[in-house]
Amino acid sequence: MATVIVVTSGKGGVGKTTTSASFATGLAQRGYRTVVIDFDVGLRNLDLIMGCERRVVYDFINVINNEANLNQTLIRDKRVDNLYVLPASQTRDKEALTREGVERILDELKQNFDYIVCDSPAGIERGALMALYFADEALVVTNPEVSSVRDSDRILGILSSRSRRAEHGDEPVKEHLVLARYAPDRASRGDMLSVDDVLEILGIPLLGVIPESQTVLQSSNAGVPVILEEDSDAGAAYSDLVDRFLGKNLPHRFLTSQRKGFLKRLFGGS
Amino acid sequence: MRLFDYFRSPQIKSAALAKERLQIIVAHERGNRHSSPDYLPALKKELLEVVRKYVPIDQSQIKVHLDREGGYEILELNITLPDEEQRSSRR
Repeated sequence: MATVIVVTSGKGGVGKTTTSASFATGLAQRGYRTVVIDFDVGLRNLDLIMGCERRVVYDFINVINNEANLNQTLIRDKRVDNLYVLPASQTRDKEALTREGVERILDELKQNFDYIVCDSPAGIERGALMALYFADEALVVTNPEVSSVRDSDRILGILSSRSRRAEHGDEPVKEHLVLARYAPDRASRGDMLSVDDVLEILGIPLLGVIPESQTVLQSSNAGVPVILEEDSDAGAAYSDLVDRFLGKNLPHRFLTSQRKGFLKRLFGGS
Repeated sequence: MRLFDYFRSPQIKSAALAKERLQIIVAHERGNRHSSPDYLPALKKELLEVVRKYVPIDQSQIKVHLDREGGYEILELNITLPDEEQRSSRR
């Protein structure tokens, strides 16, 4: 039976799409048949991050409205086997995203996939609620920053009250914290919330810490999920995150920075 | 500037401030989210009536509290029974 995982955060710009792209790519690299769905109707971006924007023909809403079937709509990744993208519609309005429609498509995808990754839009409107409604597990992407942490807590409340699992009284959605854009040196100076601070406030298990990294922007420029940049810190962190999700017990890396020399600290420089 | 920063006495760390503010606001918002359901007072009243059929107690001796922990809801019911002597003397 397929597992449905929502990547959510409440706040925008914290790294949901980056995380969805790398997480799905990582699962596929490890041999699991994986599809990643963009729920951001009207503001799709997953296609750009995955580098398949020019191959979009039909979209999620077309499938819901029976204007195209899944075979016609799913975009097969050219780099990684077992990986497919279901793009969001760029033109339709969000009302087209009905619970019945989403459920039908997810049920169909469950026949053919091991993992279904739902990239949620920001906010707590219909698109975000639809993305999390059918979830079995949730990656809550958070930045070490006050508004992001608060919004994540809000989303955790919604997961535990408005998901299908909550409404049906089933086992609750399994929550994982993904702390992204973490700058260990700033945290150690006391200028940024530390991993422990965020864990203490949100109270959910930590799946991975993604260090702030220039590679994330570079790889999104190129349309390559950052997990494929294996030599970068962010890529390695996502790779660990996927392994941990699949049950490997790996220590968290990139939690400390290398100390700068005295002169460098005195005279600045990054 | 960096040179001056280096020798300046440390100020209150902003991360500590952020954590404190978040703990307060998040606790507050969770409180609103998990406010007790409206059936609690009625439940308490009926429970009191049932227990009174067998043991003489008053309103203050029965406490009903609903807690949520992780995915579970815990209904805590605490009834303080009067001691044995009191009861037998009343008979």
